[in-house]
Amino acid sequence: MNTPSSNDFSFVRKEMIPEKEPPLTEKGIIKWARENLFSGPLNTILTLASLYVIWFVVSHVFPWFANSIWDAGSLTECREIRDARFGEGVSSACFAVISDRWQQLIFGFYPSSGYWRPLVALFVFLAALYPVLFSESSRKLLLLSAAAPFVMFMLLWGGSIWTPISVAVGFGVGVAAYRIALPIVGNLFAVAATVIAPILYWLFLGGVIASALHSVLPIGLLFVESKDFGGFTLSFIIGISGIILSLPLGILLALGRQSNMLIINKISVAFIEVIRGVPLIVWLFTASLLLNYFLPPGTNFDLMLRVIIMVTLFSAAYIAEVVRGGLQSLSRGQYDAAKSLGMGYWKMNIFIILPQAIKTVIPGIANTFIALLKDTPLIVLVGMAEILGMINLAKANPYWLGMAVEGYVFAAAIFWLVSYFLSSYSQKLENKYSTEKK
Amino acid sequence: MTMPSEAPKQAFRLSQLIYDTRYRSMTIQVFAMIMLMLVFSWLLSNTVQNLQALGKDFDFGFLTQPAGYDINQRLIDYSSQSTHGRAAIVGILNTVLVAFLGCILATVVGVLVGVLRLSKNWIVSRLMAVYVEGFRNVPLLLWIIAIFAVMSESMPQPRAFREGGGASMMLGDSVAVTNRGVYVPAPIWGDGSAFLIAIFVLSLVAIVFFRRYAAKRQEATGEILPVFWISAALLFIPSVLFYFILGRPVSLEYPELGGFNFKGGFHLRNSLIALWLALSLYTGAFIAEIVRAGILAVSKGQSEAAFALGLRPNRTMSLVILPQALRVIIPPLISQYLNLTKNSSLAIAVGYMDVRSTLGGITINQTGRELEGMLLLGTFYLLLSLLISWVMNIYNNSKKLKER
Repeated sequence: MNTPSSNDFSFVRKEMIPEKEPPLTEKGIIKWARENLFSGPLNTILTLASLYVIWFVVSHVFPWFANSIWDAGSLTECREIRDARFGEGVSSACFAVISDRWQQLIFGFYPSSGYWRPLVALFVFLAALYPVLFSESSRKLLLLSAAAPFVMFMLLWGGSIWTPISVAVGFGVGVAAYRIALPIVGNLFAVAATVIAPILYWLFLGGVIASALHSVLPIGLLFVESKDFGGFTLSFIIGISGIILSLPLGILLALGRQSNMLIINKISVAFIEVIRGVPLIVWLFTASLLLNYFLPPGTNFDLMLRVIIMVTLFSAAYIAEVVRGGLQSLSRGQYDAAKSLGMGYWKMNIFIILPQAIKTVIPGIANTFIALLKDTPLIVLVGMAEILGMINLAKANPYWLGMAVEGYVFAAAIFWLVSYFLSSYSQKLENKYSTEKK
Repeated sequence: MTMPSEAPKQAFRLSQLIYDTRYRSMTIQVFAMIMLMLVFSWLLSNTVQNLQALGKDFDFGFLTQPAGYDINQRLIDYSSQSTHGRAAIVGILNTVLVAFLGCILATVVGVLVGVLRLSKNWIVSRLMAVYVEGFRNVPLLLWIIAIFAVMSESMPQPRAFREGGGASMMLGDSVAVTNRGVYVPAPIWGDGSAFLIAIFVLSLVAIVFFRRYAAKRQEATGEILPVFWISAALLFIPSVLFYFILGRPVSLEYPELGGFNFKGGFHLRNSLIALWLALSLYTGAFIAEIVRAGILAVSKGQSEAAFALGLRPNRTMSLVILPQALRVIIPPLISQYLNLTKNSSLAIAVGYMDVRSTLGGITINQTGRELEGMLLLGTFYLLLSLLISWVMNIYNNSKKLKER
């Protein structure tokens, strides 16, 4: 038997042949499209339907954008430019209304020499957020954050510089009263003194001191009345002050809801549920129509302050629910450990529980803030000239009669930018904290 | 805090109210209660004084006085001679109508978009992402106004529906979309239609019982009945059969162009359509994210295990994934329904006559009864919210993980 040798086969390949290109349908974009877009009958229908939707929207909106006119003095001028440039009846956006009136859309009737003030105030707000959000920065920066609200108030409303300083001193009076009273009358009365002393100071001394100082050293900015605020500035002021002011109240309500004291618990639950069960617009109308009924006869303060108070109460209820989520996420051991170290209720909450709880719910607070910011256009319905009010004003102007859509697009674009970036940032924070926890 | 049981017997001292933890919580609560009472009585006395100064009283009698204004959108009989109370009820029904329609459409949109956003199809998932991010991040009020503007400015006028006018009715000449609203056919209830409705309701009941029976049988024997087809047959066959046996008791009245406007059929006003679409699309974007998160929350191992057991993809979805995803989805879904209902009060922006516009708007302006009107309005919204969350919580409890 002879063994088979290579000579027995008629053909044996000696070297590898070069790799063949895959078939056209199995590579590159065609393969991708086949697998992702046309993998089955349903998928094909969906792809075609989406392509149709995209084409429909783009074909209607794109020419309108592409032919937009940014430089004209009035609607008729806009139409003339359009007819000359693109032909009659072509769909074309007239964004000239924005370039003509952007100051009002953004700043309202704020004096134009002071446009830097809201901007600087916004910058101060962002700078003050830094030490709060990033706990690794030094504790001393937190004091600067505490001063920020007064600086922002000063920048926005102006007037004498001594008014916010004198109000801020009130908090110092409270701290001083606690320090002085503690060794003399004990903890309980010291706390009472901390509450009462600043109130007495604000009621009787603060105004006198401020006006006295002002007459000696009149420093200040041009006073801007509340009714001159408008446009996006107003939205942001209401949103930001609502969220800052509602934080302390919301935290207290959340603690109240977690409390096992029956009456405190029921009061907090009732407040939260009543506020959350009724739409914001009803609360705003309550603020504009009814708040004067509930206050002593003769009190009358401006609509903006009333709206801020109502928005604060409203978002406090939502913040309370967010913070409650954070409190519930903490393990029981944290409470037990704090108690076993001999901490009282407030010490336990302030130093152990709340720092951890609030850190985990910062994204939730950011979401509440976004929701509140998106709700601020409602104030136009109680007669405040925020962005929609400003667009309505522009619409009623004889030069820009009926120009609303462009204004709405502008407003929608700004709201979209702000809330999209805020929400993606808060998502990033959420991921960061959730990995820290694991 | 647990105290040693052998506490020294001592006479009660007043300072124990503050320093003894056994009594301190009572002290704090009584103190809080007193403060609350004081605040309320302060508010109340202020209100009484203010009302006196204005020469007003606190009286709900205005509800029985004639309203004197018209409401264009109404579900029950109402004329300007009707009372303010009836106007409020018309408004309440309108609020409930738009909230109900909105919740249904928002759920449909949300579930569809949420599932499609997870699709492997690149274009579809991108498109859905654009929809979700676009609608979520722009204030609802802007959407309502924008959709209203599109409806009343871009849609054809009724006269364009004449011969050669360039516009045509849809769905076999039954639906007309005009700049004054949408006209759809209205049913006319003839003799015997009550019987037909009874048959229809009975077949719905039969479907519920059949489904229960099928589920029980499947758990007992493992056999799966063709539930979908039998339900569909139960839904259609008896009703259609009796429809012809009774001699077609229900017919449709089609809208027809007469003069300058359409006549006949239902007229859905622009305000309703704009509010409905805006509420559903806005809330639908949020629901889509909830649905997506719910489906993603079911771990991949679950579907892999189901496939390993030989379940087909649709059964995997309905028996394994969905029941678990629903547990995650339902609680946030409840709050979205509540949000939609509360947001329906933005109707004022497009002139839809909901309860805020009738009771909380025109009635208050005409009678000057702000206090009573806002009180009723707030109470109504509060009750509606509580009702919705109560109903949805019952549903939630039926779907919740039952720990044995």
